Formats: sequence, C-alpha cells, structure tokens
Amino acid sequence: MDLINNLSLGFGVAFTVQNLIYAFIGCLLGTLIGVLPGIGPVATIAMLLPATYALPPIAALIMLAGIYYGAQYGGSTTAILVNLPGESSSVVTVIDGYQMARKGRAGPALAAAGLGSFFAGCVGTLILAAFAAPLTEVAFKFGPAEYFSLMVLGLIGAVVLASGSLIKAVGMIVLGLLMGLIGTDVNSGVARYSFDIPELTDGIGFIVVAMGVFGYGEIIANLGQPEDKREVFTGKVKGLFPTGEDFRNMIPAVLRGTTIGSCLGILPGGGALLAAFAAYTIEKKTKLRPGEVPFGQGNIRGVAAPESANNAGSQTSFIPLLTLGIPPNAVMALMVGAMTIHNIQPGPQVMTSNPELFWGLIASMWLGNAMLIILNLPLIGIWIKLLTVPYRWLFPAIILFCAIGVYSTNNNTFDIWMVGAFGIIGYTFIKLGMEPAPLLLGFILGPMMEENLRRALLLSRGDWSVFVTRGLSASLLAVAAILLIIVLLPSVKSKRQEAFVEE
Amino acid sequence: MKIKSQKDFYSGLLYTVVGAAFAYGATSYNIGTGARMGPGYFPLLLGSLLAIIGGIIIFKSLVVETPTGDRVGSWAWKPLSFIIAGNLLFGVLLGGLPSIKFPAMGLIVAIYGTTLVVSMAGDKFKLKEVLVLATVLSVLSYLAFIVLLKLQFPVWPSFIAG
Repeated sequence: MDLINNLSLGFGVAFTVQNLIYAFIGCLLGTLIGVLPGIGPVATIAMLLPATYALPPIAALIMLAGIYYGAQYGGSTTAILVNLPGESSSVVTVIDGYQMARKGRAGPALAAAGLGSFFAGCVGTLILAAFAAPLTEVAFKFGPAEYFSLMVLGLIGAVVLASGSLIKAVGMIVLGLLMGLIGTDVNSGVARYSFDIPELTDGIGFIVVAMGVFGYGEIIANLGQPEDKREVFTGKVKGLFPTGEDFRNMIPAVLRGTTIGSCLGILPGGGALLAAFAAYTIEKKTKLRPGEVPFGQGNIRGVAAPESANNAGSQTSFIPLLTLGIPPNAVMALMVGAMTIHNIQPGPQVMTSNPELFWGLIASMWLGNAMLIILNLPLIGIWIKLLTVPYRWLFPAIILFCAIGVYSTNNNTFDIWMVGAFGIIGYTFIKLGMEPAPLLLGFILGPMMEENLRRALLLSRGDWSVFVTRGLSASLLAVAAILLIIVLLPSVKSKRQEAFVEE
Repeated sequence: MKIKSQKDFYSGLLYTVVGAAFAYGATSYNIGTGARMGPGYFPLLLGSLLAIIGGIIIFKSLVVETPTGDRVGSWAWKPLSFIIAGNLLFGVLLGGLPSIKFPAMGLIVAIYGTTLVVSMAGDKFKLKEVLVLATVLSVLSYLAFIVLLKLQFPVWPSFIAG
C-alpha cells in the first residue's frame, strides 16, 4: 500500500537520533515560550524561527513542527491554569478548564487536554497522509485562475471566522496584500514603494511583521492595562490522572471533537477556531449523564472536546499548505515563510521532488504529538512554575529575544528599526480594534496572488471572465461568495456576534 | 456630525489614507493592461479597493449607533515609548551607527542597555532586579545564540575585540 510505504519512508527520516533531538528541542522550546501568558503561537513561532536557520531543511522543519505543537499545548496550559486564552482557539477551553482548576482538578483537565490532543493529532496525521497524495494530483490540474480563486476563498474563509467586524477584517487582508507587494516586482524588476531605501527593495520580512505586530504590539497593549489580579493554580495540581469516570465521559467527547476538527480543519480559513467552537457547542447539546458536572462549571468534556477538535483542525490545516502551497491561517503563513527561508517552495511539487522531506515532516508531526504527551505531562510542574514568573521580568526578555531574532535573520540593523515601526503599527491596530491575523495572511499571499492574477489574465488576453468560465475556479469563487452571504444573513450575523461575545 | 464609533471611524480613515497613498504611488509605475499587467496594476487595484473599504467603514461609523461610542481610549505612551526606544537602542548598540561614527558595542552591552530601558515600561522598576535580569539574559543569550547556534554577532565592543 502506498500510504504505508510513504509513512515508513517518513518515519525512516524522522527516526534518526539527530531529528528526534530536534523534534524534542522544538517541543520543549515551543512549550516554554507558549506557556508564557500573553504570547500566542504566532509570536512564539516568529521568535523561535531564527533558532532553526542553521539547521538542514528537514531538521529545521521538524523542529518547527515541534515548536508549533509545543506552543499550542503551552497555550492550553495557560488557558486552564490562568484563565487566559493564549490564542483564539483555546478560548472555549477556558470556560470549563479554568473551573476545573478552581475545583482542584487542574491535573485531570491538563491530562484531558493532552490526551485528547494526542489522539486527535494521530488521527489528523493519518488523514493528512491519506489525503495528501490524491489532493496533490488535483493541485497539478490547477491553473493560475484556479489558484487565484482558491486564494480568494482562503482569505474570505479566514475573515468569516475572525471575530469582530467583517469589513474591517477584509480591510486588513487588503492592507496585508499591499504590504506584501512592497519591494522589487519579480516581473518588471521595478522596486515598488521602496523610497530608494536599498533594504526595502527586498521587501519587508515576514518575521519583522509578525514580531512587531504580534509581539511588540501585544506587549505594549498589555502594559497599558492596569495589572489585573490573576489567580494561578499552582499548588493545586495534584493527581494528574483522570479517574475512570472521567475517562468514560471524555472518550466520546474526544472522538466527536476529533471528527469535527478533522473535517473543519481542511476548510481554507483556519478551521481550528471554528472547530473548537463547534465541538464545544455539540458537547453542550448532548445530554448530561447522571451525576455529571454541568457545562461552565468544570465539565471535563468541555475541555477534552474543543482541545481535540482544535488539534485535529490544526493538523488537517497542513493539508492545503502542503498540497496547494496556500496557508489557511496566520500560523501556517509563518510556516510558508519558514519554508521559503530554507529554500522550499511549499506546493504540490514538494511531494514529488522532495518525498523524504514531505513524508518526514508528516511523520515528525506525529512524533511531535507523541513527545508532547511523554514530555509535557510529567514536566507539568516546571511549566506551572513558569506561570508564576512576574510579567515585569518576562516582557524585557521577550523584547530582547525578538530583537536578537530579527537581527539574526539578515544580520542587519535595518530590520530592528522596522520591527520597532511595526510594533507601533501593531499597537495602533489593537487600539482601533483591527485584527492582525488576516493582515499576516494577506502579507504572505500578496505576491502569490499578483503572480497568479497576472498569469491568468495573460492567458485569457485580459479577459476577467476567465475566473467564472473555468468550472473549478468558478466553484471556488462561488463557495467564497456563499460564505460571505451566509455570514451577512441577519440571523447568522447575530448568532456569530453572540458566539464571539462569550469570550 | 457626531462620530458614533470612534474606533471604526479612525480605522476607516487609516484604510482610506493608506489605500489612497498606495493607489497614488502605483500611478508612478507602469500600469499596463489586464493582459499585460505592469507593476502598478495590482497595487492600484488593491489601493483603490482599500480606500473604498475605508470609506464604507467611515460611513458606518457615522451612521450606525453603538451603545458605548467605541471610544479608542487613552494611549499607553509610557510603555510604547520605552519599548520602542529600547528596541532602537538595541540596534544602535549592537551594530553601531556609522552615520555619526558611533562604534558597535556588541551583544552584551546591547542586552544590558535594552533590558534597562525596556524595563522602565513597566509599573515597578527596581534597578537591582533589572541588573540581575540583564545578567541572566546576557549569559543565556551568549550560550544559546553564540555558543550553541553559532550566529554571527558582534559580541564585544568593536574597539576591544578589534
């Protein structure tokens, strides 16, 4: 069987001592930074990315995958213990997870999140492996018009799921696309919007944008607020393992969450958040067993289901990236940037031209998940200690590592000035209620979109109708339009607002 | 006319101004036609789109009532200025400023300087604590970036290391 052959090739690559060590370091670092309150996975990955520069491509990607999972896992730990969702997809975990922690059941909550995520990760990896090959075949049939339409769909999908105002999020995308165009135009060689600054002719680095907007901007906003009294449940994590009763409640919830997550994750536009919300809603709708704690008061299902769903979703969201080369969310956009730094252009050609890398990465995803469970659950005490580190020590360290990180990208102080500028811009976004994630997505997709638009119109001799006369492209655009219409329907609109108010 | 949502009004304004600027900038490049897109084609399209989106948001912010007025609120000038200043200082100390012949001081000096300045962004500033923090960060960075990752950094001031 192809699948087994491919997977064994992948595991052969991943199971070398060197790569195992990199996966381990990645998980460790990712959790270390991810667990710190106030830093989401985007900032974590951006900060740790420079640490992978010196590695060979496969090792670097394996380490990055480890960082990604570690960051996510660290985020849920923070959500449960501090009532602070590190990222949007753990927003629902907070509801029951924190209540469990308050009742002294932080241990089982963390274990449920970890075990659920691990199971979901395994399933997600299998789906990824199974779907990658056939989807890649489809991808080769894509012409520039289809790619352009697919990117439109991806970008629309990303904002439909964003909280807050839809039109403001669309604006952020367009702004991101425009910023992505700064620098030399590959086709004509004209340096656009570079104001004769030599460094700008290479374009703005995506790490600079990610660190400035997600790192600096967030920190400035955090410091601007009066220090709220956070309750950290450190001493109360005893008895890590869930009881038999917990397992009976958890298992069906994990299964449901995984199913929902795997399906929604494939959708362009980052299914993890939607998956977590949907999984939680479904759990709430299912009947409580006799003697079970109600939802919102520390029900273990309320932790297990959304955590499995968002992990399954983030796993399957690699599918559009690896097969089509299109990042479905901000984290994946960073992965694209990381791959390009290592001279890998994500897309269907990776699988055929570089199968060791492709299958090695997939195998290492499973490894990353496994490491988390072996490593992080026993080490939970250390992560909890980190939560008690006062913020006034953390933020100078974060700023410093960001600055060192951007400098090391090009060994150029110009990037340090830029990251400062983007810090101010990022803080402005937060103050004006503009969501930065779509910006980053647009930023990465900008040049790709322009290139595909150019090719499509060149082939059609300037006729825009090419996007609706080609079947595949037309249906992609139709899905995007339907998404928009659904969200704008008055009844859905109010529901959507309700869902995000629960935050 | 009263602004009904301050946040939306200013973000709309930002979109319009930035969009218009990009679109205006695009006209200085060759626009070309659909079949032969010049470097100005796509930015002109997107810039105009952004300006229109901004216009719609401004219009909404003036018409649609919001219960609270969505006020932007006060700016956190202190954290903003200290963090950005600390960031700039890091660049200056690490790489030097050739334009005013300021020599590169290297990584360690830069870490101490940045930690000191950035720490002032917080509420409580205790010099002793910050110095300990800076020392810890210096040792960690040296081990991680120079020894382990072998990144090419100037570590010591250029007039000492030569």
